[in-house]
Amino acid sequence: MSDVQPSRGARWFRALAGESVSHAPVWSADAPLGGETAHFFAVVPDPSNRFPRATDNVVGLEQGWRLARAVRDAMARDEASGTRRPIVAIVDVKSQAYGYREEMLGIHLACAAAVDAYASARDAGHPVIALIVGPAMSGAFLAHGYQANRIVALDAPGTMVHAMGKEAAARVTRRTVEALDALGETIVPMSYSMASFARLGLLDQLIDGVDADAPDAAQIERVRQVLTAQIRSVRDDGRRNLAHRLESAEAQKNRAASIEVHRRLAEQWDAV
Amino acid sequence: MNTVASTHPAPLLRESFIELPARERARSLLDAGTFRELLGPFDRIESPWLPLQGVVCQADDGCVIARGTIGGEPAVVAAIESAFQGGSIGEVSGSKIAAALELALRDCERGKIVRPVVLFETGGVRLQEANLGLAVIAEIQAAIVALRRHVPVVGVIAGMVGCFGGMSLAAALCSYLVVTKQGRLGMNGPEVIEQEAGIEELDASDRRRVWQLIGGEQRTATALADQLVDDDADAVRAAVHAAFAQGVPAAHRSEQVDIFLNRLAQIDPATVTPETMRDVFNRHMQNARNTLRKEQV
Repeated sequence: MSDVQPSRGARWFRALAGESVSHAPVWSADAPLGGETAHFFAVVPDPSNRFPRATDNVVGLEQGWRLARAVRDAMARDEASGTRRPIVAIVDVKSQAYGYREEMLGIHLACAAAVDAYASARDAGHPVIALIVGPAMSGAFLAHGYQANRIVALDAPGTMVHAMGKEAAARVTRRTVEALDALGETIVPMSYSMASFARLGLLDQLIDGVDADAPDAAQIERVRQVLTAQIRSVRDDGRRNLAHRLESAEAQKNRAASIEVHRRLAEQWDAV
Repeated sequence: MNTVASTHPAPLLRESFIELPARERARSLLDAGTFRELLGPFDRIESPWLPLQGVVCQADDGCVIARGTIGGEPAVVAAIESAFQGGSIGEVSGSKIAAALELALRDCERGKIVRPVVLFETGGVRLQEANLGLAVIAEIQAAIVALRRHVPVVGVIAGMVGCFGGMSLAAALCSYLVVTKQGRLGMNGPEVIEQEAGIEELDASDRRRVWQLIGGEQRTATALADQLVDDDADAVRAAVHAAFAQGVPAAHRSEQVDIFLNRLAQIDPATVTPETMRDVFNRHMQNARNTLRKEQV
């Protein structure tokens, strides 16, 4: 995608929420969704960002802190009105920002501030949904999306969740990209495909049949319906933590070790 | 800053904290004789993913969970073992930390306070378990945010591995961070930055520069960590005790959005250095914070 084209995150933000009330790199707006108003957030490219390593759709210092500000502002508005409206994080983040200024000035804390804001919103009773429309990579996804009650993704080329970019992972593990892909076939958490991510029980819905780059009105409406259904599911569930992630049939199979750790640690917790 | 003096009346040989393996680190932080390990090596919950890739497992997956007391109060310590896979977070090691924090939260919600300590010694996600490492780190973060409303969550970064990747965010969410000079805290390790951004961005072999950027001394001087201690088991223990004595902060560092946005606005990216950063990022606010402690539940 060239620099003049809006990013996928920007396209989907406009499609679902209209114009942002805040400037790049963090977009935010309140917009109708399923008969109520939801808060939408996205990280978008910011070619003129004063931090030269953070001009793309990455999460850097300003992105992290401004996400935290935007989410907390939304919480404060709802606090005043007494309703906990849904929050939708539109996720298209290819990495955290890699730079020495970022490390020096505490990018880890900036990203933690965003984690904190989303987690606090969830704990306060806002249904938080992550909608993955592009890459959801590593620390950037931790900061923007991974604290959600529910995670949904477009089943389209270019959507992926992973701990490290494919080329970098290949370098670090001294494998070829092809070998890495082959490994992902057998070792589910190593895979870059959304279908494999779903097999870990971490994805609540994979939305197929949508053109991620140029969705038509019907496709956008379908995504709205998915978001609305997920919001309802969060409210029906009632719990505000992430326990849901270990409960699906997929999690029973591919996160059996996680479940075992939770069960046996609880058994031993109070033992004498 | 280094106010934690030895409690012994006469000079004694120091016991290095850095040189202790994770299990002994946890033991040394808990009150004498109270250490009780949960999901220890004999429980043999190992990584299901490493053998598939020809990597030999460790029976505790490189993470020690220990209960006991700290200052007479119920406590839980999660200690990451850097000697196994660089302290990397896999499905099991990360789930042990998340589950321990969630159980502490459950007890706190029932009115029974448990003091949580996390000993960070990790490069972040274990790449052989990639997406599950990332997932459990998100769960650890969620647990810290929920738990620290009830009780301070105290993090320790002693070194020598330091704390990187997604776990650096977990460390940043802690109520208090105790560091040594040898402890480094950063999101992307120097090698990763050199790899991703080029050697002109950062020369990872320039050790002095790396310490100046992300070392424990700089992190404390810029108020991104709270207490700098010597590599001394007594000093680390005293700092952890002092942190719990302070109670839950009125606003955690990661909640102080306006303060940090304001600091960032005062920084000129073109000229900022670790030294000039200290003029903007400093403890003045920290001191104000100390006068605003909430009563501990």
